[in-house]
Amino acid sequence: MAQLDIIGLAKRYGDFHAVRDVSLSIKDGEFLVLLGPSGCGKTTTLRMVAGFIEPTAGHVTIGGTDVTVLPPWKRNAGMVFQNYALFPHLTVNENVAFGLQMRKLPKADIAKRVEETLALVRLSGYGGRLPRQLSGGQQQRVALARALAIHPDVLLLDEPLSNLDAKLRQEVRVEIRELQRKMGLTTVMVTHDQEEALTMADRLVVMSEGLVRQVGSQRDLYERPADRFVAGFVGRSTFLEGTLEAPGRFRTDGGLAVACAGDGAGRAVLSVRPERVAVGPSSVGGPNTGLDNSLPGTVEFVSYLGALIDIHVRLSPSDRMVAQIANRDGAFVPEVGQPIHVGWPASASQVFKE
Amino acid sequence: MIAVIRRRARRWALNGAAAITLGYILTPLVFVTWLAFFRQEIPSFPPEGYSMRWFAAILDQPKFVEGFRMSFQVGVLATFFGLSLGVPAALAVVRHRFAFRVPLSQLLLMPLIVPGVVLGTAMYVFQVEAEKGLDVDVLGTFYALVAGHTVIIIPWVVRLVTASLVGVDRSIEEAAQNLGANAFVTFWRITLPAIRPGIVAGALFGFVTSFGNLEMSLFLVGPGRTTLPIVVLQYLEWKIDPTIAAVSVVQILLIGIAMLITDRYVKLARVV
Repeated sequence: MAQLDIIGLAKRYGDFHAVRDVSLSIKDGEFLVLLGPSGCGKTTTLRMVAGFIEPTAGHVTIGGTDVTVLPPWKRNAGMVFQNYALFPHLTVNENVAFGLQMRKLPKADIAKRVEETLALVRLSGYGGRLPRQLSGGQQQRVALARALAIHPDVLLLDEPLSNLDAKLRQEVRVEIRELQRKMGLTTVMVTHDQEEALTMADRLVVMSEGLVRQVGSQRDLYERPADRFVAGFVGRSTFLEGTLEAPGRFRTDGGLAVACAGDGAGRAVLSVRPERVAVGPSSVGGPNTGLDNSLPGTVEFVSYLGALIDIHVRLSPSDRMVAQIANRDGAFVPEVGQPIHVGWPASASQVFKE
Repeated sequence: MIAVIRRRARRWALNGAAAITLGYILTPLVFVTWLAFFRQEIPSFPPEGYSMRWFAAILDQPKFVEGFRMSFQVGVLATFFGLSLGVPAALAVVRHRFAFRVPLSQLLLMPLIVPGVVLGTAMYVFQVEAEKGLDVDVLGTFYALVAGHTVIIIPWVVRLVTASLVGVDRSIEEAAQNLGANAFVTFWRITLPAIRPGIVAGALFGFVTSFGNLEMSLFLVGPGRTTLPIVVLQYLEWKIDPTIAAVSVVQILLIGIAMLITDRYVKLARVV
């Protein structure tokens, strides 16, 4: 295991900047997740670390050794591919043994290591099968075993769970995470699934348009998003366009005055997490008089999600907001067309300047 | 009710068309095979009786045996060279982007389209010029014949290997490199096994094409060096008896057996 450093990495295709100046430091044994929408440059970054794409600028070092110009086969990085990329003509044993054969290990050692690794991913006894004789989940575990068998310096996971069904995905997530912790693997995973990212990562990197938007813990990203993109991509947010008139005072384009946490002045966008917004009938003056913001509105749409209920509220002709309430006994669930009040504390409304 | 009848009618029409096509293809083969067992010397209907004498007659004529050996040797060697050139060509065309890629890939398939006589003439003229220019024997030599046959085998190899290559997932090659295999090892251990069906099928069809080729060989054979199709033609020029049919049956059987054996290892229906 080793520390992985990405320094000023960039990749340009003609005029298109796939990745611009990405710098990240992944500590020994850390699980880092690159999160972003498709086309944000996360996969390109991962493939540059693996050596499949030659960067236009920047460096990659593994354990302090600069590997930027080394071909993939000279980097000790184990990769799990999105479609698993198992060798179709080789058995499970041969797939897992491949990397060890390339390292010219003695036959007996290879057999032993293959057996150990397959036991690790709970596939003992499947060694003689061909990939096509396995289920998707089993293929995924073979791919993982194949990457782990070579005792890589870094483990690279390219959307490893996207081809599994939802239930299996949750199991495999935990499995991968436990293995990674037990073996102390320095790991970089790429995903566009934020739930996956949040449950697995030690630290997350949000990317868009080839840029790193924010690096931080789950809590950092959710509660202190660096910009509007992160606020919208990690979790959900309602955005209200408007102007920051004075520190703590925001006015929407629809004319609503909102108390917020934010310094300075000028054009800005205000973001509020739906679950921080309380709702109450207007007849009793809203949900809670103690909240910094209490605004009247009309319910436009109610979407029932089971444990949670989304309420879309029209505050002004140009301002609309979503409140998410827990479906508890005695909870106030308004109906479409009903006049209600929404309320939230100033600390829950974040302002991003434009 | 009407829908059921209509569906049935459609199925009958389809099956009928398939049967007619199959019959059309098989009829000559059936007749040739039947003819090979006629007892009388002049092929005429109805047969006067049946015998195996024409198969025995093949072995009595050293020309047939010689022609068969020649065709086999040329076919095997030309297939070998066809693979050596065709597989890398298919790889280049499918995997790399370069100027004139599309025209080149079409050029590689040209020998399939150009009439054999034209190809033969061109090859003949070329070899005459080569002989003049290089001042060595070219025309009529065994290797010049092999070279000619290599040209008609290449398109089969290119076409079938290309078809297999397109189906190969690039990421398995990346996975191999990620695990420590360099470019050469990756090709040898991963890509080659993945395109093996295309290679085997290309070799088989190329060989069959070479074995049955008449028009081009006519221009390229030297004195005393004749391939089986030429022997058959020469024989037919002065005599028509069921020996030729017997030769054809042997040829059909050999090719059929080769296909059956190949099909055991590589499902031909998947690549062709």
